[in-house]
Amino acid sequence: MFPKRLFIMLVCILASVPAVAQAASGTLQRIKETNTIALGHRESSIPFSYYDNKQQVIGYSQEIMLKVVDAIKQELKLPGLKVKLVPVTSQNRIPLVQNGTVDLECGSTTNNTERQKQVAFSNSLFVIGTRLMAKKNSGIKDFPDLAGKNAVTTAGTTSERLLRKMNEEKKMNMNIISAKDHGEAFLTLETGRAVAFMMDDALLYGELAKAKRPGDWVVGGTPQSREAYGCMMRKDDAPFKKLVDATIARVQTSGEAERLYKKWFLSPVPPKGLNLNFPMSDDVKALFKNPNDKAFD
Amino acid sequence: MGYHWDWAVLFRAVPTGETTYLAWMLSGLQMTVMLSLSAWAMALVVGSLMGVLRTVPNRWLARLAAGYVEVFRNIPLLVQLFIWYFVLPELLPPALGTGFKQMHPVAQQFLASMVCLGFFTSARVCEQVRAGIQSLPRGQMHAALALGLTLPQAYRHVLVPMAFRLIVPPLTSEFLNIFKNSAVCSTIGLLELAAQGRQLVDYTAQPYESFIAVTLLYLMLNAIVMLGMRQVEKRARVPGYIGSGK
Amino acid sequence: MYDFDWSSIPGALPFLWEGMKISLEITLVAVIVGILWGTLLALMRLSGISPLAYFAAGYVNLFRSIPLVMVLLWFFLIVPQFMQAVLGLAPTADTRLVSAMMGFALFESAYYAEIIRAGIQSVPKGQVAAAYALGMTYGQAMRLVVLPQAFRNMLPLLLTQAIILFQDTSLVYVSALADFFGAAYKVGDRDGRLVELLLFAGAVYFVLCYGASYAVKRLQRRVSA
Repeated sequence: MFPKRLFIMLVCILASVPAVAQAASGTLQRIKETNTIALGHRESSIPFSYYDNKQQVIGYSQEIMLKVVDAIKQELKLPGLKVKLVPVTSQNRIPLVQNGTVDLECGSTTNNTERQKQVAFSNSLFVIGTRLMAKKNSGIKDFPDLAGKNAVTTAGTTSERLLRKMNEEKKMNMNIISAKDHGEAFLTLETGRAVAFMMDDALLYGELAKAKRPGDWVVGGTPQSREAYGCMMRKDDAPFKKLVDATIARVQTSGEAERLYKKWFLSPVPPKGLNLNFPMSDDVKALFKNPNDKAFD
Repeated sequence: MGYHWDWAVLFRAVPTGETTYLAWMLSGLQMTVMLSLSAWAMALVVGSLMGVLRTVPNRWLARLAAGYVEVFRNIPLLVQLFIWYFVLPELLPPALGTGFKQMHPVAQQFLASMVCLGFFTSARVCEQVRAGIQSLPRGQMHAALALGLTLPQAYRHVLVPMAFRLIVPPLTSEFLNIFKNSAVCSTIGLLELAAQGRQLVDYTAQPYESFIAVTLLYLMLNAIVMLGMRQVEKRARVPGYIGSGK
Repeated sequence: MYDFDWSSIPGALPFLWEGMKISLEITLVAVIVGILWGTLLALMRLSGISPLAYFAAGYVNLFRSIPLVMVLLWFFLIVPQFMQAVLGLAPTADTRLVSAMMGFALFESAYYAEIIRAGIQSVPKGQVAAAYALGMTYGQAMRLVVLPQAFRNMLPLLLTQAIILFQDTSLVYVSALADFFGAAYKVGDRDGRLVELLLFAGAVYFVLCYGASYAVKRLQRRVSA
């Protein structure tokens, strides 16, 4: 009878549930078996990882990530390795690495000890300081000027936590807006909803590159933290991490990284052909001389 | 997969230390309830008004109300929300738009969400009210007018109260919908229940616990509203009608 | 007054069209799976076999009590790995798209189940009795007598639900999938022209959904005539 068949089907569906909760074996193994790697990228982290006018992913971190892919192709002898690009946001990048949607994410993710409990980080790609962007004539020079005002930052970032913490500890009575992505955060600043945008200095310069009137904005304020960006991957996967680390170290010691730096921070970049003019900091110089995966906190 | 369950995470202090993650979640619940109730009040008022307009003899007013319903029914809620929040302040006269944008951010998000949910739901309430009024026997209106009531009086004292008693069940489902739809407002940064759930995932890296807790809270909310509305339905039932509709 | 600048739309049309295809794809899959699974759920609920009826009622009530946004987040953040294993997906498949389709299909089937249940109940009982009297089994009576009439009666409702579903697909925004709305948002975000792109997206949805619901209304008149 019809209902009986249904019942059997249902039992089968329910019975299949526990069988699937299995772990994925090593990432390299999986890449080899499936001939595919899933890369996580950002959509508006200029100039690290973002879309150009043709919706292609470009940027400093993206180029390094593609070098890692080349190394994987060689290592596994998979010249036809398929690359799957998955856009991620500050809020979902960690769960997506954990749940296996993304094998490797190189964008603008800070390596810190708290996150190391959840994911693994490669050798650092870059070092930033967290600062403020405000309108030139707004009178906002540093963090204390934000007391009682609306300030914006991006949800899920270290800046968001620092800003909340500062607000709580110093009783500044700021109204903190957490935007979904850097693009939306800048829009919040540009449309006058907030007087300042706290974020990693390099990204603030990046947002300037797409402002309607770049001359109106200025990056300033005392850096609240120094942070190292790294690529994220799943924890406890030594062979994969080793390969990623070695590639990044090679890029940095061979002078390749310096060339990339010049391309993305000291020359005109898409979408508007603006030059970020972001001189290389001592921290970045030190990193390129001595590649490492240390967090700053 | 070796997932480490850790329900105690909900009782741990948030990074700024002033409270626990559970308190964050409950404040989200509170926001969801406040938002839904205020939007519902707005939807009832605007929706009843529009519902009445749809049934009045004046053709132009009826058409205006019909157009109103079509606009709010045929644009996705998310798009409407973004238009209220991102677009409208830019199109308003600068003084007004700037005034809005310099309000407390939570007030901005709440206001945009309430107005959006309110208008969106009012279009649905409007259709129910119209159906309710049209389902009444014509004689009711005629009797009211024959008694010397003016048209507005006939609506106010006879048609609308009767119609409302008939449409309690469909209104219940719209009322439940507004709680569910309020989750859409997390997209503009309003820290209601769903948004707190996402924030917890981000802060605690324990996605299952946060999502299960938030989902349970929604189920609870739904059950409470349903039980409450059942009481209302019982009281509103009109003697002589079969049950109270379907 | 605001300075409108629509110039970023013409160049973005191909990208927006790609997004529209994703929206339509999700709608189509969710409607088909939703109606099939929804019919099964409705039949279970009416079957009189209590475990099945309880399961179906529980399923329907559960999905109807949770916001769609939460369902999508569940499917986006938590279930992908699980799904890949269940469906035996090729890892090249875009899990975001598949998880969105699954999420919508399972969610919508709860709503479809209720529509279909009402549709089945609208068929007079005498017809089932007559079918049995003719020697048909339960399955035959459902397949040959009840369901065809029920579907005819509820076609307008099913289509209206599909239009609602199409509007709801914009919520895949929460999983960063570039459906039509997501694409419009991304273009607006990139070019600093969010105002124009959001208005454009709203207008497109309105024209499509208004047109579709008008067509459904005409169909309804023909069905009931």
